[in-house]
Amino acid sequence: MRTITLREGADLDGFRRAVRRLAAARTAPEAVLWSVGAPSLFGDEAPAFENGAPVLLPQAVGRLIETVVCHSDPERYALLHRLVWRVLNGERALLDQHADPLVHRLERLDKAVRRDIHKMHAFLRFRALPDPAGGERYVAWFEPDHHIVEAVAPFFVERFESMVWTILTPKGSLHWDRHRLMTGPPAERPDSLADDRFAEGWLRYYESTFNPARVNPTAMRAEMPRKFWANMPETAAIPAMVRAAPARVQAMLEAEAAIPRRRMPEKAVAAMARQAPDSLADLNRLIQRSEPLVPGATQAVPGEGPEGAAIAIVGEQPGDQEDREGRPFVGPAGQLLTAALEEAGIDRGGLYLTNAVKHFKFVQRGKRRIHQSPTAGEVKHYRWWLMTELGFVRPRLVVALGATAALALSGRPVSVLRERGPMAFDGWDGFVTVHPSYLLRLPGEEERRRAQAEFVADLRRAAALA
Amino acid sequence: MDDALIEKLGILADAAKYDASCASSGAKPRSGGKEGLGSTTGAGICHAYTPDGRCVSLLKILLTNHCLFDCVYCINRRSSNVRRARFTVAEVVELTLGFYKRNCIEGLFLSSGIIRSPDHTMEQMMLVARTLRRDHGFAGYIHLKTIPEASPWLIEQAGLWADRLSINLELPTDHSLKAFAPEKNGGTIKAVMGQVNERIVEAKEERRRFSPAGQSTQLIVGADDATDRSVLETSGTLYQRYGLRRVYYSAFSPIPEASSVLPVKPPPLQRENRLYQADWLLRYYGFTVEEIASGGEGGMLDLGIDPKLAWALKNRERFPVDVNRADREMLLRVPGLGARAVDKILSARRHTRLRMEDLGRLSNGLRRARPFLIAADYHPAGGLTDRLDLRQRLVTPSSQLSLF
Ligand code: SF4
Repeated sequence: MRTITLREGADLDGFRRAVRRLAAARTAPEAVLWSVGAPSLFGDEAPAFENGAPVLLPQAVGRLIETVVCHSDPERYALLHRLVWRVLNGERALLDQHADPLVHRLERLDKAVRRDIHKMHAFLRFRALPDPAGGERYVAWFEPDHHIVEAVAPFFVERFESMVWTILTPKGSLHWDRHRLMTGPPAERPDSLADDRFAEGWLRYYESTFNPARVNPTAMRAEMPRKFWANMPETAAIPAMVRAAPARVQAMLEAEAAIPRRRMPEKAVAAMARQAPDSLADLNRLIQRSEPLVPGATQAVPGEGPEGAAIAIVGEQPGDQEDREGRPFVGPAGQLLTAALEEAGIDRGGLYLTNAVKHFKFVQRGKRRIHQSPTAGEVKHYRWWLMTELGFVRPRLVVALGATAALALSGRPVSVLRERGPMAFDGWDGFVTVHPSYLLRLPGEEERRRAQAEFVADLRRAAALA
Repeated sequence: MDDALIEKLGILADAAKYDASCASSGAKPRSGGKEGLGSTTGAGICHAYTPDGRCVSLLKILLTNHCLFDCVYCINRRSSNVRRARFTVAEVVELTLGFYKRNCIEGLFLSSGIIRSPDHTMEQMMLVARTLRRDHGFAGYIHLKTIPEASPWLIEQAGLWADRLSINLELPTDHSLKAFAPEKNGGTIKAVMGQVNERIVEAKEERRRFSPAGQSTQLIVGADDATDRSVLETSGTLYQRYGLRRVYYSAFSPIPEASSVLPVKPPPLQRENRLYQADWLLRYYGFTVEEIASGGEGGMLDLGIDPKLAWALKNRERFPVDVNRADREMLLRVPGLGARAVDKILSARRHTRLRMEDLGRLSNGLRRARPFLIAADYHPAGGLTDRLDLRQRLVTPSSQLSLF
């Protein structure tokens, strides 16, 4: 019979080394006595452990071991060793046999540890103390059933990484200084953790969120057993809440149903309906204070031109230069549009110019900001703004430049080159043509000249329709 | 935090407690890092339980309980005499961060009465969420209860910051909505649900963030005369058509300052419980509304037994089921066997022929399942499923859920 002594607590390392050694020696579980807690950590076996080769186990077994070593059951190592032994001796899929007594027992230990971890995540409460180094320091006292202090650490570090905090328990302690995690020895319950005003506020919240008409302390205790109460400030209120509940409900039931008071603030109720922006300027202010719905963008670029313009021209989205200046169609594509309008004999000043998407979507590459086309979903985010805008302008014709504008206006994907020309939009007479940036991208001089002539012809046709 | 703020917190938490939803689940795992605050874990955590057995996970408050609407079932309607209060945006932010840092909550559930206009109210709520996320790097959970009468652009903005948006339908039929909530409109509410659903689906496809934990709604049960069947039909439609994550059922609860239009006596809480069980069967167990309703009488669920057992008792010819042979679908229909137990059975029976002793280790509901199944060493004696007193034998007397 061999005796193996592991460190107090969850000694995953020690157990792993022991298992390697035992597996190498083919020592059966019946021949091993596990014990915990002698100060000499691994006794005389320690050096030999280093020599065992890693043992190959299914992942699920490894995970189960990691949890079960945290359990406070003194038999945990013996049970785990029996599991490993059987898995290594032909029962690779042992863990699938949930009805096997050993597996069943280990599953229960596993569940208990998980529950303990979960309850510590949930029921631990920090109190804020002034930090001598400035700011606040957060301290908590908690009493877990199992050796889970290290197992809960990642959760608290991730959640409260920007805070300085200490967690004290009878099974060990943790301290986080915003950079490093330090583990410490078991702690004693601190004499007093002064409650700050937030603890008081929390108590009030807890009392107020309770519905006395549904009192059910059994259900509460099933999820939040009494043993946790001592460390949760809000539980102090429970007895009084339960005691007072029946009387509160009785009072509600006995109170004569109130005759609806005829409180009819007619003016306020009528005013409530007039919430939509009541002018184009109002709408633009609203767009400007809103968050971009595409990544990038320094500012929203509103439309420009007279209300009541006969033609509204809708582009895709502002570009680099538009984003800097806050005005539509001032970049290279805008200049091309201006030139084409001139050629077609249309006065740019008489048009209303705007974009389907009000923000410049781009990715930064070094110093350059590279234009990104908005996705169909992003275009839809902006649709209500565009439609409301056109509602103020009331043009006779809406010209969509390019596929994005056509999608925004018609609500469906449009193939510009195939469908260019007149098109009925949602509530508007419309016309589809290419976006001037398309002309800029054409490679050959000749091709470009022809496309530009077609674009000018489109603009003429549109003007004639309006 | 001063006395005045604590006082307001009392009023505005009290006014928010009738909303049943509390879940903080469904968000993708993320964290605020060194500069921000908080994390979401996916599953959500209940940080406390109140003596009504409900979980405290989010700070559930109203921005204000002033309201211009007059929904009779609601304690905040304009004609009620309750004390009123109103938070500023900054106050809600302060409370959320303060409680979060003490590990009291997973995040915020913010709702509101309607002040000035639906747009104004919704914008204030959206600003709370935006301030938390943008100015404080808050990575905890945010659930915003959308005001359906607000302009669509506010929904588009709210979805950028919230993990979940909800729009309460409150009453299962248009008819009761008209009678009890004169300013509301079923069509408007469903249109917004449609808008939210579309955006969520698009954002998911395009890998953008928009209300990543989906949308939910609440139905009040027992304020009007709708049957359980019609409530479940409404839920079924909501799940299918608007991709809702959850429908919450809230048994109409007596409120102080009740309107005389309402029933004086609340429905038994058990009704709400049965609806949740039925909803579960609808979503995870492959039952149809028709099948569930057939377990009860006149469109109402049997309050004494759970809907799965009720269905089984009316369909006895389909039992007993052989646990060593039956397919997953049929095993799921055995009363007492949950989805988890069924999956364990399926995996365990590949290695061995299951006996009753094995089943006892795989399921906690064996006492109830016993008459409905066959194991290697067990066959229900004398056609137990034909016995008339079967229902009696399986009902666990449970009175603790109803106070009345
Ligand atoms: S709108 Fe909301 S807060 Fe106002 S009365 Fe109706 S349910 Fe209550």
